[in-house]
Amino acid sequence: MTVEFRLPALGADMDAGTIVEWHVQPGSRVKRGDVVAVVETDKGAIDVEIFEDGVVREILVQPGTRVPVGTALARIEADGGPAGPTAAAPGQDVETPPAVPAREAASEPRAVAAERAVATPAREAGSRRKISPAARKRARELDVDVESLQGTGPDGAITLDDVERARPSAEQVESVRPAETAETAEAVAVPAVTAGEPGGGMRTAIAAAMSRSKREIPHYYLSTTADVTDVVEWLRAHNASVPVDERLLLAALLVKAIALACRDRKGFSGYFRDGRYEESPAAHVGVAVALRGGGLVAPAIMDTADKPLAALMQDFRALVMRARAGRLRASELAAPTIILTSLGDAAVETVFPIIQPPQVAIVGAGAVVERAGVVQGQVEPRQVVTVSLGADHRVTDGRLGGQFLADVVARLGKPDSL
Amino acid sequence: MTAPAAERITYREAVKRALCEALRDDPRVFLMGEDVGKYGGCFAVSKGLLDEFGEERIRDTPLSESAFVGAGIGAAMGGMRPIVEIMTVNFSLLALDQIVNNAATISHMSGGQFNVPVVIRIATGAGRQLAAQHSHSLEAWYAHVPGLRVVEPATIDDARGMLRAALESPDPVIIFEPISLYNMEGELTEAASDVPLTGARVHRPGRDVTIVTYGAGLWRSVEAADELAGGGVEAEIVDLRSLRPLDDATILASLGKTHRLLVVDEGWRTASLSAEIAMRVVEQGFYELDAPIARVCTEEVPMPYPKHLEDAALPNPARIVAAVRRMIGHDR
Repeated sequence: MTVEFRLPALGADMDAGTIVEWHVQPGSRVKRGDVVAVVETDKGAIDVEIFEDGVVREILVQPGTRVPVGTALARIEADGGPAGPTAAAPGQDVETPPAVPAREAASEPRAVAAERAVATPAREAGSRRKISPAARKRARELDVDVESLQGTGPDGAITLDDVERARPSAEQVESVRPAETAETAEAVAVPAVTAGEPGGGMRTAIAAAMSRSKREIPHYYLSTTADVTDVVEWLRAHNASVPVDERLLLAALLVKAIALACRDRKGFSGYFRDGRYEESPAAHVGVAVALRGGGLVAPAIMDTADKPLAALMQDFRALVMRARAGRLRASELAAPTIILTSLGDAAVETVFPIIQPPQVAIVGAGAVVERAGVVQGQVEPRQVVTVSLGADHRVTDGRLGGQFLADVVARLGKPDSL
Repeated sequence: MTAPAAERITYREAVKRALCEALRDDPRVFLMGEDVGKYGGCFAVSKGLLDEFGEERIRDTPLSESAFVGAGIGAAMGGMRPIVEIMTVNFSLLALDQIVNNAATISHMSGGQFNVPVVIRIATGAGRQLAAQHSHSLEAWYAHVPGLRVVEPATIDDARGMLRAALESPDPVIIFEPISLYNMEGELTEAASDVPLTGARVHRPGRDVTIVTYGAGLWRSVEAADELAGGGVEAEIVDLRSLRPLDDATILASLGKTHRLLVVDEGWRTASLSAEIAMRVVEQGFYELDAPIARVCTEEVPMPYPKHLEDAALPNPARIVAAVRRMIGHDR
């Protein structure tokens, strides 16, 4: 059976992307999870994975072409099984928007591009499909193909309910998870940025996410100063005994400490959606990475709590490298259940971190600084770091937050058990 | 302290109480209008007030709206707190010059040196077979004018409470009282004497469709919502209360929940308040809409005299129910 491989939304605020290169060609065998293409988005170039096992039949969009989210990029002859969410409706001849050079596509008014994503290529001119504005918006958020829907509204218009009913099932949702996180109304409504303005797209994306966060999430902030003199010493000793590329950073210890605290304490690692909180079964701690030239991404270290420190550090290093090279995987960007943002490099002592929706907590860490401390009645120089928590008051209260933060700091103080 | 006891009174009685309280509490307050004294008011709202407060404060006027509204404006500028009653909104047109050219502008044109704290009560609307010269709903004409505040209490509590709030306003306030509601009975909550002058209110919560309405339209919408509820459709009813300024936020919040909007407006459709509300929603809430905005307004005819024609011309519950069902489509 032939299915279409469509451009997924690689983040809450993406509505178009440019194909940079294909890693497959007609005849290539692919299996679920393979990186088949590289797509340039506001967040940089992202490796796009495929959700089907099968054989590539035809490449529909050539490199250099900018297309809206949901555009069919390739036809795949799938290996049996039920059709995924990307399957074309039987008998329906789905056309793709004509390939245009990237330059032209980028300068094309966004409204036209968006129109193409949902309007009906196969329909006669003048008989525009009736879709309510709310349904049109929701369909884009859920990556639902409105062409395959039967409208039940007035005059057969497609309504919100129709789109919700067509929402991919649970199993399928997992495979298109990045699209599923695209639930911010604001994010989708954000106007396109001018192409050729580096960092502009990411700025818009960050603006949308942070505005939503400050508007919707009643944050509370806690902070505590941790004496890490012994931990810094432990790190120094450890790093002296291992090759350069296996050296650990304090941030890696903190990531692990956060993941372990999340495993034992509910309410900090998960998503708040549609008015309720859902705890993530596993904590995937995201690390905020500042990009050279501006901007910020927070890819996840998957299943953080299960990783030994060495493996975690390796992942950490690779993530930062790929983030700066603009080569993150879509799944890494969508996965974080809680984020660590560390501004130690900037000589900042205290971070008041802002939650990335739909997450419910974020941990901030400042620089390790030397301060006068009191040990057994004596004043002596100590290495300290201020660790802070921004958390969602709809889910937890300060008391729980305080316990969580204390737990993180306590674990950080025992690097041997991390 | 005991909990405030709810008391059942009519809308007419609620307005009368508000008048009595205002007259007792503030010596600057007086009432004037056609037949408000000896006759007790065309709709019997001020019956008995002449005996209690005397001719100085309950003043019968000649049949000259322009003159007595103008006198009210002058008195307000002179430091009084006049309440001017106009028998029906149709007659208020004779005083439009005073209201639009003087009351609404003087604060602005005097650079804020003069306020015009006049309250003008105007009976409005149909439903009592008073035919085409006594039954129209021209609220939108006044809601068009900057410098005026325009309110229309639809509940017993608002009928009692909004007069006090209006008297506290430094600017002219027009209070529209729907003729068809004077005999309506309802509960008066003692605490409600402190109602705000502006701001819409969700009168009845629901999830499927927002009905925005005001005045007598509120109760027609409630009747329609009862019938719709029988079919599993839950209508949320927003009572505008204030027609100028309009409370966009409450309307949009409700739309955000229901994604469908019906405006029930006793004015005619063309160039109406319903048009204004629909446009504001399109401007600010387009992407929340899951169906075209619909309106149920009075048919564009001079109000007929015969009962069956009057009923048919008004936004009656049957028309409201039908409009909601059309909007929801054929899946319910």
